[in-house]
Amino acid sequence: MQKLTIDDLKKIKEQYAATFNLREGGYRAKVTVHMGTCGIAAGARAVMNAVVEELANGNVKDVIVTASGCAGFCSKEPMATVEILGAAPVKYCCLDAEKMKRIFREHIQQGNIVEEYALVMGSETSY
Amino acid sequence: MDKFRANLMVCGGTGCIASGGLKVKHALEEELKNKGLDKEINIVLTGCNGFCAEGPIMTVYPDGIFYEKLTPEDVPVIVEEHLLKGRPVQRLMYKEPEKKQIVPVMREIPFFNLQVLRALRNKGLIDPEKIEEYIARDGYRAAAKALTGMTPADIVKEVKSSGLRGRGGAGFPTGLKWELCARVPGPLKFILCNGDEGDPGAFMDRSVMEADPHVVLEGMIIGARAIGASKGYIYVRAEYPLAVQRLQKAIDDARAYGLLGENILGTGFSLDIEIYQGAGAFVCGEETALMRSIEGKRGMPIPRPPFPAVQGLWKKPTVLNNVETYANIPSIIINGADWFKSLGTEKSTGTKVFALTGAVNNIGLIEVPMGIPLKKVIFDIGGGIKKGRKFKAVQLGGPSGGCIPEHLLDTPVTYEDIVQTGAIVGSGGMVVIDNYNCMVSVAKFFLEFTTDESCGKCPPCRIGTKVMHDKLVDITEGRGREGDIELLQDLAQDIINTSLCGLGQTAPNPVLSTIRYFRDEYESHIKEGWCKAGVCRPLVTFYVDPETCKGCGACARVCPQKAVSGEKKQPHVINQELCIKCRSCYEACKFGALKIGPGSLRQELLARAKGVETI
Ligand SMILES: Cc1cc2nc3c(=O)[nH]c(=O)nc-3n(C[C@H](O)[C@H](O)[C@H](O)COP(=O)(O)O)c2cc1C
Ligand code: FES
Repeated sequence: MQKLTIDDLKKIKEQYAATFNLREGGYRAKVTVHMGTCGIAAGARAVMNAVVEELANGNVKDVIVTASGCAGFCSKEPMATVEILGAAPVKYCCLDAEKMKRIFREHIQQGNIVEEYALVMGSETSY
Repeated sequence: MDKFRANLMVCGGTGCIASGGLKVKHALEEELKNKGLDKEINIVLTGCNGFCAEGPIMTVYPDGIFYEKLTPEDVPVIVEEHLLKGRPVQRLMYKEPEKKQIVPVMREIPFFNLQVLRALRNKGLIDPEKIEEYIARDGYRAAAKALTGMTPADIVKEVKSSGLRGRGGAGFPTGLKWELCARVPGPLKFILCNGDEGDPGAFMDRSVMEADPHVVLEGMIIGARAIGASKGYIYVRAEYPLAVQRLQKAIDDARAYGLLGENILGTGFSLDIEIYQGAGAFVCGEETALMRSIEGKRGMPIPRPPFPAVQGLWKKPTVLNNVETYANIPSIIINGADWFKSLGTEKSTGTKVFALTGAVNNIGLIEVPMGIPLKKVIFDIGGGIKKGRKFKAVQLGGPSGGCIPEHLLDTPVTYEDIVQTGAIVGSGGMVVIDNYNCMVSVAKFFLEFTTDESCGKCPPCRIGTKVMHDKLVDITEGRGREGDIELLQDLAQDIINTSLCGLGQTAPNPVLSTIRYFRDEYESHIKEGWCKAGVCRPLVTFYVDPETCKGCGACARVCPQKAVSGEKKQPHVINQELCIKCRSCYEACKFGALKIGPGSLRQELLARAKGVETI
């Protein structure tokens, strides 16, 4: 990798802004599986595998899948956040592979929030 | 770039424009201007969202509320209710066809809406193993600013004036620590990060290292620049494998990008950072012991002064800060000291991360503004006590801290207020204790921990904590005597006054604070042989109150010993011979018919049972 200059930092920032901003990335949806120690202990790996499997089986190309750290609500792990272009992110809790697959099909593919498993909608306040 | 409090994403797709989207946008612009909000709230015209049939549509960020079928007439209501008062307009929100239930939004749920994420700003948002995602969230911008636009003295001044205090427990002002070290001349200085996190029940630092490892590195780069350090170590316990792995990846990536190593960002400044894995001894979180451990020696503290700022690691000037302390640094550099101080109180600025655990419904990692009352944290964020039980105390500061009882729950979470109660803010462990717990046993638990973890170098701590622990064991097993409470208090003072390091100096706190607020429990153990919470087995007898018993049989069903018997709808009885005092029946009874008597009651009941038989 090349050594960065301050200008390069700005370029990377712009280039990767798409990951946070579906609007710019040409993606339709993003799934974040929260994989801190608490999440992994509660079974987040199986949830992640379920997403990856669904992606591969359905040959889905316009959905980003990513792992992230603890979402903060450890007693409700495993958790995942689903963000569909133009709608508020939804956090799902107490997941397993089966639930995740259903969420993938109903929410990500068809746009219907699976309310039974949803915990909350929206983003947190950060200053 | 201006910072906006909210973004209104108005759909500018063909469908929405056809249904009047631009009129809505113009009405919004007018209304925001009228209400003086145009500097705070930004309007963005987006591409088609694919919801053309519901148009014109608009999404409000950061809350992510989605409005549909808008007209210019709806605009004043939305601005007034949602943007000014923070109450989204239900009537205009998108509802899924057929289903009426709406998934709650974050600002309606106290667990989320009372939190403010600063140290945890990237929590769950970025992939911790991708440096680019960190950079996309303004990562390393603060380091760039500190290395090019600020002198070391500028950095110290900014951090000092932010009022940031060390998050590792002692709450020492970070800027002052940096200033002391910066003043010491020397070609070789060290910057260290304390990721030992030894408090039982605490997991804040682990979560930060796992979720956002680069923020720790960036904080250290800025600190290194402030004090003139060229080498850094992050001390993490080997029991945190995921944190170690992600930090290592972060270090490797930062090196490859020239954000660590020689000539960082082409500025001429150099710093390299390494991880040092500790073996998990609590005392190794203490600063002088931690430095010995990195030197490859046994992790034992040494007397101060000289302070590490003057003679630390390998006798070179050294600054050690906690993980969360570093996580606060980059945003202070970017947003300034005043921004940081805008939350919190005068002497306790900013936010604090807590690991909220124990008897609360919502267990988790939370970040709240300093000064928030304990009550709000436990009952609003924590969602109250599990299983409908009652709050008894909250333990703050782990083995160095204390228990705060119910009548002090209005205490604001600040360094100065919490100390008044006999506890400390500590590193952020917050363990909620319910009424099924015996406070003498809680104190015993912590003393057992410190007795085990005492490094053994100084007698007051090595022997003193053991003597205190033995006394507590005696009290909980029915061998307590008059005068024990006073003896514990005396011993505690001596240990506090004469121990070498912070471990010994704070170890008696859990005992002192439980005596202060729950003296009656110590007394009933000693004088009546009665543990009223039903925890210390030799000091309890479970029995059924025939007046209240409805004969539902719940107790009999859960008893592993089959010690409870009785006819349906008739008062039940516990066979004291068989009872092992496991407390299952007590927890199963819905009518409060199971009672806890003193340990001596058992003999009485046994005698009575025998008597009945012989008559
Ligand atoms: C027995 C003992 C254990 C400690 N454990 C930790 C720890 O796990 N993490 C930590 O950051 N500080 C711990 N400290 C406090 C450190 O000695 C030191 O004050 C702190 O790391 C300084 O960083 P700060 O000013 O950013 O809080 C401990 C202190 C003592 C006496
Ligand atoms: S381990 Fe420090 S006083 Fe005992």
